[in-house]
Amino acid sequence: MYMEKPTKSDQIKSVESKIVKLVDKVGDNEPESYRQSDVDRWGRSESIRKLTGKLFDPMYTKYFRAEWEGLEKIPTKGGALLVSNHAGAIPPDAPVIMHGIEKELNRPVYGLADFWFRTLPIAGTLWNRGGGVPAHPSNAYGILHDDQQLALVFPEGSKGPSKLYKERYQLRRFGRGGFVEIAMKSGVPIIPIAVVGAEEAMPILTKLPSISKALKLPYFPITLNQVLLTPFLGPILASVAYLPAKFKIRVLDPIHFDVPPDQARYSKTKILDESENIRLRIQDAIYDMLAHRKNPWLG
Amino acid sequence: MGRRILITGIDTFWGSMTAKSFEADPTVETIIGLGTSDPKVELERTECLRADHSYSIVSRIIKSTKVDTVMHTFMVTETSAFSGRMLNENNVIGTMNLLAAVGGSPSVKKLIVKSSSLVYGSSPQDPYFFDENSKRPSLAKLRIEKSIIEAESYVKDFAQDNPHITVTLLRFSNVIGENVTTAITKNLKKRILPYLFGFDPSIHLIDEEDVVSALVFAANSDLEGIYNVAGDERVPWSEIGSIAAARPIPLFAYATNLISAPLIKSGIVTITPELMDLMKYGRGINNTKIKQAGFSYKYTTSAAVAKFCKLNQLRINLGRAKPEYKYQKEIESFFKHSPAVIGESITSNE
Repeated sequence: MYMEKPTKSDQIKSVESKIVKLVDKVGDNEPESYRQSDVDRWGRSESIRKLTGKLFDPMYTKYFRAEWEGLEKIPTKGGALLVSNHAGAIPPDAPVIMHGIEKELNRPVYGLADFWFRTLPIAGTLWNRGGGVPAHPSNAYGILHDDQQLALVFPEGSKGPSKLYKERYQLRRFGRGGFVEIAMKSGVPIIPIAVVGAEEAMPILTKLPSISKALKLPYFPITLNQVLLTPFLGPILASVAYLPAKFKIRVLDPIHFDVPPDQARYSKTKILDESENIRLRIQDAIYDMLAHRKNPWLG
Repeated sequence: MGRRILITGIDTFWGSMTAKSFEADPTVETIIGLGTSDPKVELERTECLRADHSYSIVSRIIKSTKVDTVMHTFMVTETSAFSGRMLNENNVIGTMNLLAAVGGSPSVKKLIVKSSSLVYGSSPQDPYFFDENSKRPSLAKLRIEKSIIEAESYVKDFAQDNPHITVTLLRFSNVIGENVTTAITKNLKKRILPYLFGFDPSIHLIDEEDVVSALVFAANSDLEGIYNVAGDERVPWSEIGSIAAARPIPLFAYATNLISAPLIKSGIVTITPELMDLMKYGRGINNTKIKQAGFSYKYTTSAAVAKFCKLNQLRINLGRAKPEYKYQKEIESFFKHSPAVIGESITSNE
């Protein structure tokens, strides 16, 4: 009984070393990968994105009837920071822009958003697999500079989608210009995008701050959708169903910064000037698009 | 005169494995191992000494042995096999005593400290990849995190006060391997993997072999400062389970300890407080700095899991047949020091 032990352990040792060799068949510099899924280092999964894209496409083409203008201004190679206005209680502009670019240009877009999404079970994971990434400067730098990918950011943050319908298409403050700084640091251009239609897809009539505080939500809106659709869809579906607004998206001319990348700090004056300049360009484009719009539902 | 190395935590897997690889290095003249219990691996020429958890004896040892390198591997970075109360004693007071002893000795030229990426925490505000200079966005709430952060702050002060000593601090990600006992390996050995329903964060794992080779690499090179050590690839939690062929066990993501108490208290799943955070938000680590310094990883995260899985299946099918090594002080010192021993000592395991 005692004598058996060492022989068995020798056997195990020899099999163990064979396994280790099997696992380690590639040279020292290139450790081998045993990955099974296609989730990338930012949490985005091409296959899950394809699936959600397939589900969202009828919404994009048939319901919102998204129409692009100047799509050729978005590069097919290299990093770029897409900057857009943000609206609608549950903002539909993010999926419309991301889906549109992924469909038309066939390259991934990472949507930078508040880290709050990460705290949501299920929805947070789906958001991440679909290309959502918390808007941390180091994440943005990694996507734009290291990976040379497209990232979409809404500098208004939650101030954009939380505004009331009577304030529609009035752009809020563009944060503290962090998006300009990160584009400068990454050495990529900023491409402003103006979106029209999201405001009408889910207009906010009023907000209930006490409920949002209790539920720890960024804001708690009462939308026109809830008022109109609750009798037909019930309160929950009515809160997430969009109205069939016509989406028009205009890509504006890219802005290249004449500053060297990878600096520790950039002039705050320059950052805030550029940030305000971009905000005004998007605002002007929206006014122009609205001046030519005959009807929010038909375009 | 060859190099003289003191290794703390000789009773841990890390301490004994680094001692073992130094034994094979002819430039290393003396290896002294210090641990709270006996080593679990057979060591040829390492002198093993017993100490208490706060290492109060270390100053006398360093003074009398005149070691030039101190390898500090006993920091506890995982609480699945360690009571919370001993953490402060072990990590903070132990490190403090060690640093005091090293600082008072003129012979020490190099200090290597094994720390953990737990210092970065795990919260929704985190960047996807922490580098060595990243600030921790969340407050440290766990006892283990606090103790490691405090120990690290002592090390940083020490490095400033003693510029003549090269101080290297290695922050390791979660480790996986046949020989390490952590909450993750305990679960995977049973071929289960608990997860928080609705969450699937990505993490890094590092193979146990890579941990040892990183420690040895730090001792043999002139690295200075803080270095992250984590396997390439950030892999989703669910995928780690599927590579390891483990059955996922869903846990409710809120009030987990209360709702899943039957599972946890009965020992079916092993959950530590630091694992709970990790299962919710994961942790990404930028591991490039040590690569640029010349270190190369042998295993990626997924390869480390695959290797663990194969060895584990082998263990399940063959049974645990390895004879447990028992350290017997009298016999070891007889072989090492007795004038009666003239040939190579024949070890039973080889």
